[in-house]
Amino acid sequence: MTATIRIPTPLRTATAGASVVEVQADTVGDALAALEQAHPGVAERLLDGDGNLRRFVNVFVDDEDVRFAQGLATPVRAGSTVSIIPAVAGG
Amino acid sequence: MIQGLQCRECARPAQVGAVHVCEFCFGPLEVVYDRERQRRTVSRASIEAGPATLWRYADLLPVLPGDAPRVDLGAGFTPLVRAPRLGAALGLRDLWLKNDTLNPTNSFKDRVVSVALSAARRLGITTAACASTGNLAQSVAAHAAGAGMDSCVLIPADLEEAKIMATAVYGTRLVAVEGNYDDVNRLCGEIAGEHGWGFVNVNLRPYYAEGSKTIGFEIAEQLGWALPDHVVAPMASGSMLVKIDKAFRELVDLGLVDEASWTVSGAQAAGCNPIAAAYKTGAGTIRPVKPDTVAKSLAIGDPADGYYALDVLARTGGAAEDVTDAEIAEAMTLLARTEGVLAETAGGVTVAVLAKLAAAGRIDPDGRTVAVISGHGLKTLPVLRGQAGPTHTIAPSYDAFVEALALSAAEPALS
Repeated sequence: MTATIRIPTPLRTATAGASVVEVQADTVGDALAALEQAHPGVAERLLDGDGNLRRFVNVFVDDEDVRFAQGLATPVRAGSTVSIIPAVAGG
Repeated sequence: MIQGLQCRECARPAQVGAVHVCEFCFGPLEVVYDRERQRRTVSRASIEAGPATLWRYADLLPVLPGDAPRVDLGAGFTPLVRAPRLGAALGLRDLWLKNDTLNPTNSFKDRVVSVALSAARRLGITTAACASTGNLAQSVAAHAAGAGMDSCVLIPADLEEAKIMATAVYGTRLVAVEGNYDDVNRLCGEIAGEHGWGFVNVNLRPYYAEGSKTIGFEIAEQLGWALPDHVVAPMASGSMLVKIDKAFRELVDLGLVDEASWTVSGAQAAGCNPIAAAYKTGAGTIRPVKPDTVAKSLAIGDPADGYYALDVLARTGGAAEDVTDAEIAEAMTLLARTEGVLAETAGGVTVAVLAKLAAAGRIDPDGRTVAVISGHGLKTLPVLRGQAGPTHTIAPSYDAFVEALALSAAEPALS
C-alpha cells in the first residue's frame, strides 16, 4: 500500500527538509520502518529503546490517534495519510 | 534573566525562539533562567514594589530581550480570600479561594497570554493565535486587540455560546473547527510554524506555561510569604498544576519563603479524566479519552502535561479525583451560595473534587488549603438552567409579595 507520511517541523532536520514522504506499508510500524529506510536516524527520535512510540509523539492514521486503535499495528490503507505530531501542545 | 531553552525529557538545549518541542525527542522545551542573578536581585521588597499585576514577578518570568512593550491588560494579582462558609460545609477549617475569575477576560488564561504575547512581540511575531477550549480564545483575542496585533483563534465548533460571542467581539479571525479540542489542537500543531504566527499554547508554549507560575507566587505572597499546606487545582492539560508546584519550589530555592512541605491535588471531570484515571489506577501511562463533559474548558482528552502532573501528585503526596456533571453544577451552586463567587464549570470541578477529597480524608481539615477558581461563571451559565431562576413570581402588588414570601405582618419595619 502506498501511504503518505506527514512530517512535523521539528523532524524535518532528519528528512532533508521534506514535509511529506511516501512509503509502502501495511501498518504504522511498517510505515515508520520505511521512513527510517529512506531517512536513517528518524526512528530513534520517534521510538524509545523498546521500540514503542515515545510518550511525546502522537501518530494519527487518517485523523485517528493510533492509541485509540492498535498502536504501531494499526493498519494503513492505500492512500492513507499518517501524521506524526508532537504531543506537547495545548492546554 | 533567561538563558535559553532546554528539553525537559533529554536535557538537550535549544535557542530562544518560537519553538516548543525538542528537535530530538519531541519532549517539551522549558525556559532556563539565570538563577544566580535572580538570587542576587529578587527580594520580597523588589516584588512588592512592582505593579499590582502578574508583572510584579517579571524577574521570575521569561521576559525576552528587546524594546517591544508588554502585552498587558492587567492580568494577575487577583484576590486570595478566606472561604469560611464553604470550608464549614466541607469540614475544612482554613480554606481559601484564589479567585482568578477577576482577570481581564475572567479566567486565569490572561496570565499565560500576557506572558506569551509579550514574548511573541519581542520575537517579532505580529499575529497571535491559539487552540482553545474557550477561555484562551477570549484572552488571546482581547490581548491581541489591546496590543494592536492580528489574531486567529481556533475553537471546537460546539463551544459555549457565551465564549464564542465574547471572543468574536474582539474582531479576531475565529475559526470554529468541526471536531473536539484535541482535533483543534492537532490542527494547530500542524499549522504552527508554517505561517510565522505565534500560537500561544503551541510554538510559544515554553513562555506561555510559565505564566501559570504567577498563581503560585501570588498565593504565597498573599499568605504573607508563606506556602499553603494544600492546593487543589483544575487539570486540563495539567500545566497549571505543574506550574503552581514549580512556583513554590522556585520561591523556596530563592529564599523568598521558608522551606515547607505542600501537597498539590488535581481536579477533572468524569467525562474527561485521563490524568485522574491514570492516578487512580496507578497506571504509568495516560490513555487519551474522547471528552464528554459540561466542563468544556477542561475537555482535553490528550493532556500535554499529564505525565508531569502525575509526577507532581506523586512527589507532593497529592491526589486526583473526577466528578460528574451533576456534581459540577451542584458545586458551582454551593460555591456561589457560601462565598458569593460565581465560577464556571471548571470551578465547579475544583470545588466538587475538593469536597470529595476532604470527605475521603485526603486533606487535613486543620491544614491551610487553597482552591484555585480559574474562570467566571457567566461564561457557562446554561449548565445552571433549571437550578437557578426566580424563587417567586408574583403580581406587582404588596399583598402578593407578602403572601408569596410568607412574610409575617408582625415583622418590624426598618426605622
